Amino acid sequence: MCKDASEGKHLDRKQDGARAENDWSGHLGRIVEAQDRAAFAELFAHFAPRVKSFLMRSGASPTLAEDCAQEVMATVWNKSHLYDPTRATVSTWIFTIARNRRIDALRKDRRPEPEDLPWGPEPEPPVADVMAMQQETEMLRVAIRALPDAQRELIEQAYFGDLSHREIAARTGLPLGTIKSRIRLALDRLRHAMK
Amino acid sequence: MTETIKHHLTDTLLTAYAAGNLPEAFNLMVATHLSLCDSCRAQAEALEAVGGCLLAECGTEAMAADALEATFARISTGTAVPARRRNACSVLPQPLRDYVGGDVSAIRWKPVGMGVRQAILPTSSAASARLLFIPAGAAVPDHGHRGVELTMVLQGAFSDEVDRFTRGDVEVADEELEHMPVADPGEDCICLAVTDAPLRFNSWIPRLVQPFLRI
Ligand SMILES: [Zn+2]
Repeated sequence: MCKDASEGKHLDRKQDGARAENDWSGHLGRIVEAQDRAAFAELFAHFAPRVKSFLMRSGASPTLAEDCAQEVMATVWNKSHLYDPTRATVSTWIFTIARNRRIDALRKDRRPEPEDLPWGPEPEPPVADVMAMQQETEMLRVAIRALPDAQRELIEQAYFGDLSHREIAARTGLPLGTIKSRIRLALDRLRHAMK
Repeated sequence: MTETIKHHLTDTLLTAYAAGNLPEAFNLMVATHLSLCDSCRAQAEALEAVGGCLLAECGTEAMAADALEATFARISTGTAVPARRRNACSVLPQPLRDYVGGDVSAIRWKPVGMGVRQAILPTSSAASARLLFIPAGAAVPDHGHRGVELTMVLQGAFSDEVDRFTRGDVEVADEELEHMPVADPGEDCICLAVTDAPLRFNSWIPRLVQPFLRI
């Protein structure tokens, strides 16, 4: 009992740190529940300039990047009910929307997406799982920052859409295993809930 | 269901998928496999977290002064995006149904000889995708590969020199592998095959058909 309690406290402190920097999931919750425009405005102020920067680094002109960033943020609103905070942080989720928009706009390819799980995001995802995903993504961020420059640049080039680097493998020692296990658990739970 | 899959996508492929760098045909293969395989789906989503971290750190570019207002205008004309839920009894996962326009009955097969049929799917020319129909117990004649070819079973099963492949299993064949897949006797086998060598009809089809003609 005693041990559990102290571990719990330790976890709380770490969670507060992670939360201050990356917890945008509450904003999405407010958009889903109350169509909260103020929450969206804050989300927009933080993410739209990053999405625009990401698109320009991927080769979009400023005009196209502006247009696409607005489109991405509109999609964030329209898809907010599909966001699952136990499987991705808001940054990760917005990255996937921006990536998809980039493929549509710059490559003009069709972009098949996997079908959604039979059971959507849980209405009340376990808080501990949401926290853990944020923490582990934060650790991943720290690990990416700590990579030697050449290696980090290679990853950036791959993710920012430089096609000549499509062959990159993620064997960089990044802490992806724990994130994968968490996502796997979340998927199992959703499948189980459906039965 | 998903635990029966033994042959998965490679990390290289999943990374390129997460980064958004795959040609359309390979994207279709990954999306179809992820629809059936939670293990690869979790790996792909973990790799997407790398993208999330990079986005968080990639700097900012100022948006136009009226950008927020303009975005609200887009929102008011848009609609909520419905989830793409699976249809439990279909053979083709949703990404493939989008290309075929329905389930197996909607596939427009073209015979390529000895009961084997194929249907080329419309993708960008950087890589090509096709569905293959192999009658129960039949063999696809030995064929080499230009570039990388991925074959995923959707119905039935096939075996070759490498192993036996059932629904969801992906066989990765490079130029070295010369193999002769044989469908299980119990059920017709349907596969999705993609290759990064564009299909050259004039050379590829004779190559597939020739061995039959010699029989
Ligand atoms: Zn898999």
